[in-house]
Amino acid sequence: MSTKLAKIEKRTAYLLILPSVLLVFSIILFPIFSNIWISFKNVELKDLRIPEPRAKKIVKSIKDNPNQIKVIYKLRNSSLTQEITNVKFRDKYPDNIEPISLNNKCQFNSNLLKCELGNWPKKYRENLEIVFQNTNNNEISKKRIKSYKPKLSGKSQNILLTYEFTLNNFKKVIKDKAFIDLLLTTFYYTFFGTIGAIVFGILAAQMVNQKFFGRTFMRSVLLFPYVAPVVALAYTWELLLDPTSGTLNNLLINYQIIDGPINLLGQKYVNLNILGFDFKLRLALTTVIIFEIWRYFPLAFLFILARLQAVPKELYEAADVDGANPIQKFLNITLPQILAVISILFMIRFIWNFNKFEDIFLLTGGASGTRTLPINVYQQGFSIGDIGMGSAVSIVIVVFLLIFMFIYFKLLGKRADEN
Amino acid sequence: MKIKNILTYCFISSLFLFSLISIWKILVTLQGIELTNFNFNKLFTFGIVLCVINLLIGKKFNLNIKIILLALLFSIFDYFISINLPIWYSFGIFLISLFFFNSIKDYDKKFLSKNHSSQKLFFNFLTLFGITLFSFVILFPFYMMLVTSFKTQALLLLNPLDFSINFAQGLPELFKSYFIVFKDYNFGRYMLTSTIVSLGTVIITLIFAIPAAYAVARLNFFGKNFLSTSILIIYLFPAIVLVIPLYTIFSQLGLRNSIEGLLIVYTATTLPVAIYMLQGYFKSIPKELEEAGIIDGQNWLGIIFKIILPLSLPAISSVALYVFMIAWNEFLFSLMFLDRPNTFTLSRAIQFLNVGAETPRQYLMAGSVVVTLPILIIFVYFEKYLVSGLTAGSVKG
Repeated sequence: MSTKLAKIEKRTAYLLILPSVLLVFSIILFPIFSNIWISFKNVELKDLRIPEPRAKKIVKSIKDNPNQIKVIYKLRNSSLTQEITNVKFRDKYPDNIEPISLNNKCQFNSNLLKCELGNWPKKYRENLEIVFQNTNNNEISKKRIKSYKPKLSGKSQNILLTYEFTLNNFKKVIKDKAFIDLLLTTFYYTFFGTIGAIVFGILAAQMVNQKFFGRTFMRSVLLFPYVAPVVALAYTWELLLDPTSGTLNNLLINYQIIDGPINLLGQKYVNLNILGFDFKLRLALTTVIIFEIWRYFPLAFLFILARLQAVPKELYEAADVDGANPIQKFLNITLPQILAVISILFMIRFIWNFNKFEDIFLLTGGASGTRTLPINVYQQGFSIGDIGMGSAVSIVIVVFLLIFMFIYFKLLGKRADEN
Repeated sequence: MKIKNILTYCFISSLFLFSLISIWKILVTLQGIELTNFNFNKLFTFGIVLCVINLLIGKKFNLNIKIILLALLFSIFDYFISINLPIWYSFGIFLISLFFFNSIKDYDKKFLSKNHSSQKLFFNFLTLFGITLFSFVILFPFYMMLVTSFKTQALLLLNPLDFSINFAQGLPELFKSYFIVFKDYNFGRYMLTSTIVSLGTVIITLIFAIPAAYAVARLNFFGKNFLSTSILIIYLFPAIVLVIPLYTIFSQLGLRNSIEGLLIVYTATTLPVAIYMLQGYFKSIPKELEEAGIIDGQNWLGIIFKIILPLSLPAISSVALYVFMIAWNEFLFSLMFLDRPNTFTLSRAIQFLNVGAETPRQYLMAGSVVVTLPILIIFVYFEKYLVSGLTAGSVKG
């Protein structure tokens, strides 16, 4: 009895999860694996269109002969790169009409014109002309002939399904002179974006954890940048930072803090002199990182605040009795309590910032030294149109991602052991 | 020791007052009023003087009178060093200094001789200043978005620092950009598409996720542990590594430029987190309730519909709102899959506006307000649910 119940339970369980598993498998797991496949192929954006045989039908009446009519099919291969084999053609005709002469490729049978057109190389064009005459004395209706659309079919090789592989994409990715720079930019962006978001998250959480008027409202406001659509925010920032008519530059010039406008999103480097040391700051990248921090510190804030509110008040009271100062209280009580949250936040944010595409794409489009790996996927795949290369870059991302995930789950496991 | 405390007190307090005044001055400048100097030296020195006076008076007479007197003194001083500014500016200064002297009213010689008083002072001010600064930095872009949409191109170029709203021109003139955005740029249609896509994603995701989450939470089957860990792993895979294969597959299947294609992708990408969030909640429902249901002769479907669903409405609302937010804000897939304007979502349409021919910025910002406002309203209204959704699904973003 119990085994029977267990069996029913198992069957129900599989039934309940099956739709989700199928959907996730086909839309997430299958594409990740097909990425590997595509990355070893030489595929371009224009190869993705499946080649089609096409025909345009033109009907012409013949002068001084109302009993005859000429039909011209303009045939062509839609693909500029691939051959179509075994092209078949069929078209319907009204009753009372038959062709005068037919070439050996075609047959006319009970109102149906069928042709075997053979193989079409790329860019192939041909005109097929057939003259028809009517079998009784009714006038031939041009309109009726035109109303039938010819149907064509043919076989073409789908470049994605062939077994030709190449290592060129990976060679190109790694040999690219800019590859090291690309990696450095990505890590710089990811690392400072993550650290900045966490630092500001801690600051904001510390503030909101105290009692003051309008605290709940403040908590909502702090989450605004995280919940609002990225498109709207990125364009607002773009206007804010615009060198000529942007608010920030005008404000700084107005208060004589800077002499001339600074193109915060369009300038790659800025020379700084701090304590006698000259160094170059990646300006556009820094701006993008600041946007990143602005947008994602709310998340860190939310987590750390939740953790702070769970810290027992007695700990602080005891510290007060011991005469600890605020810095000591933060370092010795608050920080150890939120350290676990911070480390998990760091890993999660690191993984997500590493893959962040929208923010940079909308702000700079990857120009002026802000090209990261995800931006490169887009540029290779869609701006340059080399799908294979884009896939190869995605694979590089996936490899890094797997390393991060390994560390993350190790960390998570360790935390679970400790508790 | 005491001298050091008094010095830090004066320095920090005056700096704090000056910072608050500076933020006010920036706000005033952004109303289009000409103001080019923070007057650091004068205001800072006078601030120190007033702080010392505050210390000397201590609690000798009524605190309220002390506050008002000091604030008045400061406002009058500021009025004389700044020229030709409207009266509401000085009133603002008065209110700010009132707030400031109110927060330092309790400090006297006795407080300053205590341990760590200067550090405490510092952190108190840091908190107050932090709250002001954070609110300003967070809210300003939103404010700018809104006000820019009320302006005309000529006004924007004339004075880029003028962010005042001119109500005198009448409502039709004020909302002109919105009329144009909806009429000429078809934003009504895009809004409809966005709504359909987002709501559709929520409904389909819930239909798929609730049974799956129930199975993971309650039923025993082979591969259960594997499934629940892989949910998390799958969830960490970002859209950018899916984009190229999905693009190739969708173009060959003719699913690009279709709402259906977008719905499939959004559902699949939000499913893992939905299942993850829901199963956590389902596990917290007492098992006895379901056992009672089984005794009553309910089958699995009956248990889900009659027991689990009504009990987990809060969790379901969290998931629904969170999924809605993700779908509404989604950009990457809509950029990749949609290139015909008749299938655009709001996000894609705004990006199209920006990339296309020189679109006046007030239209761009009006579009941005149209896409931002619904999500902010939903957020403020359902904050409790959405925050728990955000915390549970935090890994995404």
